[in-house]
Amino acid sequence: MNDNSAIVARGLSKRYDELWALRDIDLNVPAGSVLGLLGHNGAGKTTAIRILTTLAEPTSGSASVAGFDVATEGARVRERIGVAGQSATVDDLLTARANLEMVGRLYHLPKGEVRSRADELLERLGLADVGDRLVKTFSGGMRRRLDLAASLVADPPVLFLDEPTTGLDPEARIELWKLLRELVAGGTTLLLTTQYLDEADQLADSIVVLDRGRVIEEGSPAELKSRVGGERVVINVSGTQEIPPAASALARFADGHIDSDPGELLVAAPVQRGTRLIEVVRALDQEGIDAADVHRREPTLDDVFLALTGTRRVESDPTDEHELEEVAA
Amino acid sequence: MQETASTVDSGIHTRVRWFISDTLAIARRSAAHIRQTPEKLLDVTMQPLMFVLLFAFVFGGAIHVAGGSYREYLVGGILVQTIFFGMMGPAISIATDLKEGVLERFRSLPMSRSAFLFGHLTAELTAMLLAVVIMTVSGLIVGWGINASIGSAIAGYGLLLLLAALAIWLGTLLGIAVRSPDAVMGLAFIVIFPLTFVSSAFVGTGTLPDGLRQVAEWNPISALAAAVRTLFGNPTAVPGDAVWPLAHPVLASLIWIVAGLAVVIPLTMRLYQRKTTG
Repeated sequence: MNDNSAIVARGLSKRYDELWALRDIDLNVPAGSVLGLLGHNGAGKTTAIRILTTLAEPTSGSASVAGFDVATEGARVRERIGVAGQSATVDDLLTARANLEMVGRLYHLPKGEVRSRADELLERLGLADVGDRLVKTFSGGMRRRLDLAASLVADPPVLFLDEPTTGLDPEARIELWKLLRELVAGGTTLLLTTQYLDEADQLADSIVVLDRGRVIEEGSPAELKSRVGGERVVINVSGTQEIPPAASALARFADGHIDSDPGELLVAAPVQRGTRLIEVVRALDQEGIDAADVHRREPTLDDVFLALTGTRRVESDPTDEHELEEVAA
Repeated sequence: MQETASTVDSGIHTRVRWFISDTLAIARRSAAHIRQTPEKLLDVTMQPLMFVLLFAFVFGGAIHVAGGSYREYLVGGILVQTIFFGMMGPAISIATDLKEGVLERFRSLPMSRSAFLFGHLTAELTAMLLAVVIMTVSGLIVGWGINASIGSAIAGYGLLLLLAALAIWLGTLLGIAVRSPDAVMGLAFIVIFPLTFVSSAFVGTGTLPDGLRQVAEWNPISALAAAVRTLFGNPTAVPGDAVWPLAHPVLASLIWIVAGLAVVIPLTMRLYQRKTTG
């Protein structure tokens, strides 16, 4: 094992009854870096986090966090990690401050530090003026922030965040990214899961793409982008007969696979750098196509899967990851 | 900062200290919950008071027990019944915690894993003590009294405390097994109501028809009620031909409680481990 690795996994697998939620995962996250686990619901992201944070036992394989084995040295691991799950695990019947103080006590922080740490984090996450309100009166976004604050109480060297920005408005999302960058700049190792390619791109040093429990791609955001392509142009045509001419018009600008969706009457492709939308519209006009809509967009997770697997969208597993864990529990 | 927690070698001394501080942190949380939702305490405060008043003034006039006044007889039964009913509190709070995500948070912390259960236990035991005090006072007001030596009275309260411990563990087991606060309510009423009423808690078993009488005499609640009455020097109304547990209620109660704890505690811990590790 590399001394510099904060998180290492070897052949990590988890089976719930007949279903492999995680199959043969290898991870290596250098200390102070950010790993983004990218995948749809049911891809195994939450399962991976649960194993790495000692909440679940792997069916096979091994993993270590902050130098300690998750299976045999769980207590040591828990002293060194912070976890924020998908569902905010905060106590509704306590105030925000009481929540953080309770967590501080359970991390065995010295008495004075329990108080000062709670104050500091309420301030830092913009909850200072609602610190003495009961959590049950909080909005979803406030809960998420409090949950994140709880994971930071002991200033853990390794932080696990399961879809930290799901359900946040764009502004809160950017705020959170800023905070996470600060933490990482301070030396924290971060593993986060996300369904958003742009989020992984914004934060992660390396990205692992999970599909139905397996790693289907890994690399830096730049490497991933070079495989997936950059910005897309999407054309919305008014009839199926217009799809082939629209595709051939778009081909002149395309930098990768042209994807057509007869159901949605869409033609889309990653385009070469510097492509101007007006040129695409002119090309369509020359083909005699009156497109209903032409627009640009950033690549999404669906584009990643399309580029990597050639399928438009992964059939989402019949059992959603959470339901799966309900059943297993 | 993590160094404060991590570099300490987890010697036995440190582990015990942490176990105690973790337990207190969880108990403190339960206390804060009660401050927010005082109605949670109704089952250990108003309910016993209602039963005392109901049976002392409404039904009591029509019930006669051998060897003394009904009000002297009644309180021992209600004490046992209330403590037994008290298992609902821990059952519901554990079920609620399991249903919501908060246990996940606890389990990712370096806290002692059994401290969660023991913290609950500490808080619930405090609530039970409150119930015992309320019943003692309301009993004294309606004409009940302790007619025994101080030692015997202390033993009586000691027995109630042991019973409270068993009830809390039983409730915890129920809460973990059922996992839904509503289901706990339903199940508890189906089990606890017949168990406490088909017993000598409110009427002497001698008055019951054959069949029901045998069930009531072997019912642990009957032995427990008789034991409390014996230790407090109240009339027990145990017929001369009663079965062994009723004829030796204190010993029988101790056996029931110790055997109960010996089965329920390990079972609860095992189930808790299983339900919370996926």
